[in-house]
Amino acid sequence: MARKLLLEHINVPGINTFDVYRSKGGYAAVEKALKTLSPDDVVEEVKKSGLRGRGGAGFPTGMKWSFLAKPEGVERYLVCNADESEPGTFKDRYLMTYIPHLLIEGMIVASYALGAKTSYIYVRGEMMPQIRILEKAIAEAKNKGFLGKNILGSGYDLELYVQPGGGAYICGEETALLESLEGKRGNPRIKPPFPAIAGLYGCPTVVNNVESIAAVVPIINEGGDEYAKVGIGRSTGTKLISAGGNLRKPGVYEIDLGLPVEEFLYSDEYCGGIANGKRLKAVVAGGSSVPILPANLFLKTINNEPRLMSYESLADGGFVSGTMMGSGGFIAYDEDQCIVRNTWNFARFYHHESCGQCSPCREGTGWMEKVLHRLEYGHGKMSDMDLLVDVSKKIEGNTICPLGDAAAWPVASAIRHFRDEFEWHVTHPHEATTRNFGIAHYADPLPKLEEAAS
Amino acid sequence: MKVTIDGFPIEVEAGTTILNAARMIGGDIVPPAMCYYSKLEGTGGKCRTCLVQVSKGSEKDPRPMPKLVASCRTTVMDGMEVKNITSPEVIEARKGVVEMLLINHPLDCPVCDQAGECHLQDLGYEHGAAKTRYEFDRRTFEKIDIGDKIQLHMTRCILCYRCVFVADQITDHRIHGILNRGDHSEISTYIQKAVDNDFSGNVIDVCPVGALTDKTFRFKNRVWFTKPVEAHRDCENEKCGGKVTLWYKGEDVIRVTARKDEYGEAEEFICNTCRFDKKKTSDWVIEGPRKVSNKSVINSNHYDTLHPLPVVKTNPVLIEANKEQFERETRL
Repeated sequence: MARKLLLEHINVPGINTFDVYRSKGGYAAVEKALKTLSPDDVVEEVKKSGLRGRGGAGFPTGMKWSFLAKPEGVERYLVCNADESEPGTFKDRYLMTYIPHLLIEGMIVASYALGAKTSYIYVRGEMMPQIRILEKAIAEAKNKGFLGKNILGSGYDLELYVQPGGGAYICGEETALLESLEGKRGNPRIKPPFPAIAGLYGCPTVVNNVESIAAVVPIINEGGDEYAKVGIGRSTGTKLISAGGNLRKPGVYEIDLGLPVEEFLYSDEYCGGIANGKRLKAVVAGGSSVPILPANLFLKTINNEPRLMSYESLADGGFVSGTMMGSGGFIAYDEDQCIVRNTWNFARFYHHESCGQCSPCREGTGWMEKVLHRLEYGHGKMSDMDLLVDVSKKIEGNTICPLGDAAAWPVASAIRHFRDEFEWHVTHPHEATTRNFGIAHYADPLPKLEEAAS
Repeated sequence: MKVTIDGFPIEVEAGTTILNAARMIGGDIVPPAMCYYSKLEGTGGKCRTCLVQVSKGSEKDPRPMPKLVASCRTTVMDGMEVKNITSPEVIEARKGVVEMLLINHPLDCPVCDQAGECHLQDLGYEHGAAKTRYEFDRRTFEKIDIGDKIQLHMTRCILCYRCVFVADQITDHRIHGILNRGDHSEISTYIQKAVDNDFSGNVIDVCPVGALTDKTFRFKNRVWFTKPVEAHRDCENEKCGGKVTLWYKGEDVIRVTARKDEYGEAEEFICNTCRFDKKKTSDWVIEGPRKVSNKSVINSNHYDTLHPLPVVKTNPVLIEANKEQFERETRL
């Protein structure tokens, strides 16, 4: 069993309180960083660790930190993005609920590294219990002298605030989050300037995911080089995966990056296989916005190599036959699930959550939703599939923020891989409303490469 | 800084956007802009019609930009090379954006006051497809009177946010804005509070479509039957320059607007007194007729000689077919 770095003590009773957390070696990273390391050393350690952003894009965290502009006499801010609203992702909520001090410890170290005097945790508005938990934890830490003025006698001051979010998916986009945090409507800003230059209140700002910030704690405790030994290639460290869907044991799992997908899905230590003895049909590997893959392409890459849970391996094959790590919202579909209905459901979500600022996303998401609704309820046409692909192409890459891409990818990939099922919905409209297409050939072993080429 | 747009080089100051650099060159290579308004700070980036391809980032970093960029909000770098009408991707993306803008637009041009000077009409004509692929009900709203002079017809709105910026920057306070989210977002005022301000009328001028219309002009006439004349007066409002365009129908001034440049942007914003209350020739000092591009539909009805269209003149079949009508028209 692989060693856990974030969730090591998750089952200790009372780990959500300061005293128990401290007795299990908590806040050692704060002591180490503030007493023995300079801010630049901390950034250097994070760079060495190769930690990549856990929120979805996978941008190296250390690099992001080193891009932060540091003009004299201007405040700098660290903002933790806890507006976790991606369908299928629930790892941050789990972490904040059960081990809030890990996030706070990470926030202190990261704020110290960036020289931020005020830091914010922007929590999704619907997560009111988590907001209370975090506020309580912050009060505890402040009582013990880990927050506030002159932390541990080091002369470093830090105030940490929790901000309830605006209740929109778009507020998880970093610039929309900053707008919302400033008290405005959560519309994404037009970049450039990037937040590292002009972010919150026009000051240089770093926005990081909850898990990225929590991962700073083991990095400081053990050193960046040690952390980099976990994982595979450029995907270092451990990752929280929130596994859901038709699994025997859904839940949040901490895995070493590079774990074979097959092991994650079927071993008893993790998901334990598909529920009710059914077969796997399709997988969304990293939250609703990443491309969906049929079972055969998910377990093996197009070159017939086993796929691994890592940024590179999941993306193997690009958009033609690969997917993305995303935020780690792993959704498995068994043979009884309807991909058309699922795609419609995702499209409905993005239609509802589009901010309405730029035209391709505002109008295109609604259009796709309506066409998919028509297909799902048996009124579709053969030309609808090409129409959907075309509309998704018109949205993708032409919008202000990545929500347009996130809306376009699941639709485009579902049609790419499950076209038969969409066509069946058109040719058998009545049957499509009463029964499902079934697993068909989606779990068949991939053809050998030579055959595929011929 | 030197920037090349579709092969045309130009020297511009640092901080100029690609769109403004293109406007300095002029001609066909200027990207269309529905939401950008050079007189208003912070506009742009939303409609995505001005997308261009940057094929070379700058002299220092010659890598092309991975995505198409909004030219109204991207500043030029030294040595940048931009492709607008020479890039098939840009043409394709723009066609897509136009289609998206039109799917929820009612296309009620025959009864719309903006017809003839509507940017969306021009955009659709120049860059759009002839037929829509959208087969669903369009989003509709009730018409709202905001104040006694302005009517909001939200169904036609393309959510460019220009009128929001006008209220922020030209008037002294803003009481309208965007409500809701996504494709059901709408421009509105809380409990339909009247927009009542010395400069509120400018929202009509900046609206690229017929969503905000002048109630004193509504259904009075088609734009192309009116005759534009440049005029000015000494306006008692300090902030108003009093330079306007009067739109005549026969002897009567039926509408007053700000003077607009070739990109449809007001040169100077005018106050509501000039716009709504001064509708007599004696209120104004006439400067002369306004120059209107001979491509514009506004021009077509005034100075039209009764010659047949060029395409008919050269085609013997059409000449024959239209003979009777020509005779009737020449008689007139």
